[in-house]
Amino acid sequence: MNHWLTILTLVPFIGGFIVAALGAERKNLVRIIALATSLIGLGGALCMWMHFDAKSGGLQFIEKFEWVKSLGIQYFLGVDGLGLLMVLLTAIVTPLAILASWNVEDRPHVFHALVLWLQAGLFGTFTALNFFHWFLFWELGLIPAFFLIKLWGGPKRGPAATQFFIYTMVGSVALLLSFLVIRLATGSFDFIDLAGMAKSGELNTKLAAIMPWVSWKSNIGLIVFFGAFLGFAVKVPVIPFHTWLPAAYSEAPSSVTMLLTGVMSKMGVYGFLRILLPIFPEQIREMLTPLLWLAVATIVLSACAAFAQKDLKRMLAYSSINHLGYCLLAMFAAASVATGVTASDLQKAAALDGALLQMFNHGLTASALFLFVSLLEKRTGGLRGLDDFGGIRKVVPVFTGLMGISLFSSLGLPGLNGFVGEFLIFKGVFPLEPWAAAISTIGILVTAIFLLTLIQRIFCGPLNERWAKLPDLTTAERLLVLPSIALMFVLGIWPQFILGAVDATVMKLVQQLNF
Amino acid sequence: MIWIVKNLWLIPALPLVASGIIAVNKQPKRKLAAGLAIGSMVAAFLLSLCAFAATLGHHGGEHGAFREVFGFNWIQFGGQWMDLGWVLDPLTAIMLVMVTFVGTLIFIFSIGYMAHDQNFMRFFCFLALFASGMLGVVIANNLLLLFISWEIVGLTSYLLIGFWYHKPSAAAAAKKAFITTRIGDLGLLLGMVWLYAETGTLNFYDHGKGCLEASALSQMLAHATIGGLAVSTAIGLLIFLGAVGKSGQLPLHVWLPDAMEGPTPVSALIHAATMVAAGVFLVARVYPLMAAGALVGEHGAPVTTALTVVTWVGALTAIFAASIAVAQNDIKRILAYSTVSQLGYMMMGLGVGGVAVGMFHLITHAFFKALLFLGSASVIHGCHEEQDIRKMGGLKKYMPITFAVYAVGMLALSGFPLFFSGFWSKDEILHAAHGWSVSQIPFYLGCTGALLTAFYMTRQVALVFFGAYRGHEKESSHGHSAHSHSHSSESSHNHDPHESPAVMTVPLVILAGFAIVLGFVGTPAWPWFDGYLTGEAIKLDFSKLAETAGLMGISALIVISGLTLGWILYGNRQRKTAGEKDVIEAAVPAIFKVLQNKYYVDEFYDATVIRFNAFAAWFCDFADQWIFGGLVLIVKYITIGLAWLYKFTDEYFVNLGFDVGCDSLRQSGKGLSHLHAGRVQTYLRIIGVALVALILFLIWGHKP
Repeated sequence: MNHWLTILTLVPFIGGFIVAALGAERKNLVRIIALATSLIGLGGALCMWMHFDAKSGGLQFIEKFEWVKSLGIQYFLGVDGLGLLMVLLTAIVTPLAILASWNVEDRPHVFHALVLWLQAGLFGTFTALNFFHWFLFWELGLIPAFFLIKLWGGPKRGPAATQFFIYTMVGSVALLLSFLVIRLATGSFDFIDLAGMAKSGELNTKLAAIMPWVSWKSNIGLIVFFGAFLGFAVKVPVIPFHTWLPAAYSEAPSSVTMLLTGVMSKMGVYGFLRILLPIFPEQIREMLTPLLWLAVATIVLSACAAFAQKDLKRMLAYSSINHLGYCLLAMFAAASVATGVTASDLQKAAALDGALLQMFNHGLTASALFLFVSLLEKRTGGLRGLDDFGGIRKVVPVFTGLMGISLFSSLGLPGLNGFVGEFLIFKGVFPLEPWAAAISTIGILVTAIFLLTLIQRIFCGPLNERWAKLPDLTTAERLLVLPSIALMFVLGIWPQFILGAVDATVMKLVQQLNF
Repeated sequence: MIWIVKNLWLIPALPLVASGIIAVNKQPKRKLAAGLAIGSMVAAFLLSLCAFAATLGHHGGEHGAFREVFGFNWIQFGGQWMDLGWVLDPLTAIMLVMVTFVGTLIFIFSIGYMAHDQNFMRFFCFLALFASGMLGVVIANNLLLLFISWEIVGLTSYLLIGFWYHKPSAAAAAKKAFITTRIGDLGLLLGMVWLYAETGTLNFYDHGKGCLEASALSQMLAHATIGGLAVSTAIGLLIFLGAVGKSGQLPLHVWLPDAMEGPTPVSALIHAATMVAAGVFLVARVYPLMAAGALVGEHGAPVTTALTVVTWVGALTAIFAASIAVAQNDIKRILAYSTVSQLGYMMMGLGVGGVAVGMFHLITHAFFKALLFLGSASVIHGCHEEQDIRKMGGLKKYMPITFAVYAVGMLALSGFPLFFSGFWSKDEILHAAHGWSVSQIPFYLGCTGALLTAFYMTRQVALVFFGAYRGHEKESSHGHSAHSHSHSSESSHNHDPHESPAVMTVPLVILAGFAIVLGFVGTPAWPWFDGYLTGEAIKLDFSKLAETAGLMGISALIVISGLTLGWILYGNRQRKTAGEKDVIEAAVPAIFKVLQNKYYVDEFYDATVIRFNAFAAWFCDFADQWIFGGLVLIVKYITIGLAWLYKFTDEYFVNLGFDVGCDSLRQSGKGLSHLHAGRVQTYLRIIGVALVALILFLIWGHKP
């Protein structure tokens, strides 16, 4: 038995303590050690990617020990294509975020320690398979994020951080209660076991049995599902549980926003894929129509709301909600029972493959976009209103070109990474749920409208004389954005790099949904 | 498989590589940029010729036209591979040759036109990327690959319309173009995923398994969807929506005239010759789908719901745009509306006559419209960036070569009988429309459109090239004429229009040659083009000419009357000043105003679609802040209220009770403490009394 996953999570965890212990004085050392730690994480994730057997699609790098036997708690780690993909994404985005926050002068040791602990929380969440320690990591991710917003954020950081914390806390409590009920009914916290019970129908019987005296016992499963759903819906977020997000994303320092949107928003989608779909397929099916409409509303309303924003970060925040809405659409459609659809397993696999691809691509692109915003803010002293600029393409052509590529990637231009995921989602969802897919295309259109408006307002038109001396990207900054841009092209042209690794896992998930 | 099929990908790849290399090089390396772009296009042209040669010589063969496909695995989902690939058939080959040839000429022309531009390199980078995307559209044997290339073409169109991004109008036009075409693209996307769901493949041809081949088509025909439409029809219409956006058909035509904000070679290449024709090409490519389940009409052309829609949209667009062109004053906008109108003819040709009819007009139009746009570029260049035809005039004298080639282009576009390509290709469309079994109205619309085309082109040429030059008006009004003769001639020499350099005129002359000779490959007597595309045997048969002579006569008559009318109104009576009212404006001001304002379609969209979009955005933002945010606020205040209530009850009920309890406890403690005073005598006394009481109780109290 190996301990790769434990080590992977421990590296940033311990790194955080080292960085914190160095103190506020040794700023450069703090930064270098933080970066080195995150690069070790990246190396480890890449190593695992190389050694991952993509053909099987099952759980690998498994670690499983009895922990508290009487409570059914085991220490159970493992990754399949889904978990590994998220680990890789976390490992890629974190060093970029650390580099983007290189110029944090206020208590850099605490800042970087918090970033590393956040990474540890994320690694732990994406690898844990027992609810007990999975939940610990899930919450562990929340605390550093709260302090990063609260201490280093913008002018309205206080309310934003509190709102963020309370929202996610309420979701977490609902989630915890649901799992306590499940634990009570089944005696298990193990995701894989529970999924098996769900497939055999045992889970529902057991849930109904815990309160035999009530008349609505068949609905207990549904109530438990809603609790868990709330926990993830807040995190993704699903409209109407999203109002914390624009405030948090725009008030957090941009490098933290990179992590929030790049990886933390994936925790919710990951939860849906790892927990809700396998454990509650029947409940999702029962509530399919309202859930689908929630997904469609998330896609369309958030795109429209983005168009109304005047603050660059708020606009991108809403765009982020919109992009994850497609993942929701794909996941709910994959749970539907489609009658008369030829090869419905294939369609479901296409939709879920698309959702996974979309998660990775969104993480890459959205974090790159916030990176560009942070570079812009650095030059303008924090100014980032849509109307504060105009014509700056003339003075910063390289910045314009590279950010333009990222924007078009976000818009889903074929040839860049964003397209294939969206295509696969629509390819899969359309035969299963044609109307939901058709209405969701409005989101694609409105995304194009607001992103092009962004380009028009900021980069085109006559040069705003105030920015006549705006410096273009330095060589170091170009190198910083280069990996993301290169990946956008690579994944746009050769998405098989990711699909090959996740497809077998997705097929297993589809099997899990059929009963 | 012959080598050219296997290596067909090189044709789009070459310009793509050129574009990439130019993109990563630092400015200014003009020669490198132009050399790479043009070199890659020439190489692509030579390869296209090889491909073209491979498809020749299959007339009348047993297997119909030449068709070879090549596929490769791209992505995997659900355990299955999805293929991408390319196809070489006559449709591909003829488009390849046209795009690379016209493209090469326009690239060369651009060296001259863009010579003074700061961003010369970026221009060639975008042009090469465009060529790559367009060639990708042409060779794709897969709707997804076609869509990918199609969007890349849309991107380059966006970038090139907004090339002079510092002009707000250019930036706005670029955005409008991208978004308007994207509306159509969403239809195409839905059509594509539906097609994929129905047939399980997106390959057009795949040795019997492709989605355009018999088994897939019959499968789709068997299904019915909403309103009793066959699935194939519904998919066909969705795909057609993509073509409507790209080819500027009603009601998504609004972007194309605005696209003239881009540099004129771009207008020639992208917004006249190639990209806007991609919509027509797409319909031609999926024609088997459009025509699936047709009852073959009496003249042999299939009639289906999908093709009927294509015909009507095309016919209405043709006359609609032609009528607008009559009242425009910008030399490029006239050509832009003319392009919209001609694209309408192509669609109509596809609808009533099939692939060969529509494609023939596409090819001839590409040459003469590129010629006209480049000619107008030469005019604009010569007139110091002036685009208003009212301020031109008399350029025949100053720009003889441009005038000659422009005249050829104008006659070809008008469809002047016998010697110009436009005549033959347009005549074929009108002929097919005449024989259309559904309705005769498209035929009459087409004829009226032809009349208008001849008229507005005559108006344009008369105002630009004939009469006296009106561009000096400003100077003369400032009293320049009072200066000495020598000075005056010198200053007028500086401001006179001038002929363009050879790098610009030579491509024009070559295009003019093709605008004439291309017509002869598709005459009724020798319909080589038809035979080439369909793979049927053809022979030279002059008797066919006689059969169609009646219709040809009518069409010739229409064209000539349009030319004459135009000449009478504009050539004979030249306007004296730029500010003078237009002849039609003077006669029927109300109609002229409607035409000049393009039937107020933009205003209509502003008032409806744009306003609705703004409202939706406002509403969603409002809902976020006040409805969802309000709910959160309510929850917050409820929580705060509850907390306050708890505090209140704590202080005034719980605590009060607690305090009272404490007090009484203290009091009773005090009382009890008297008992606990530590005096042994008291304790003994109490014990004694208790003992007595116990004994008395045991004696009398206990009753068995």
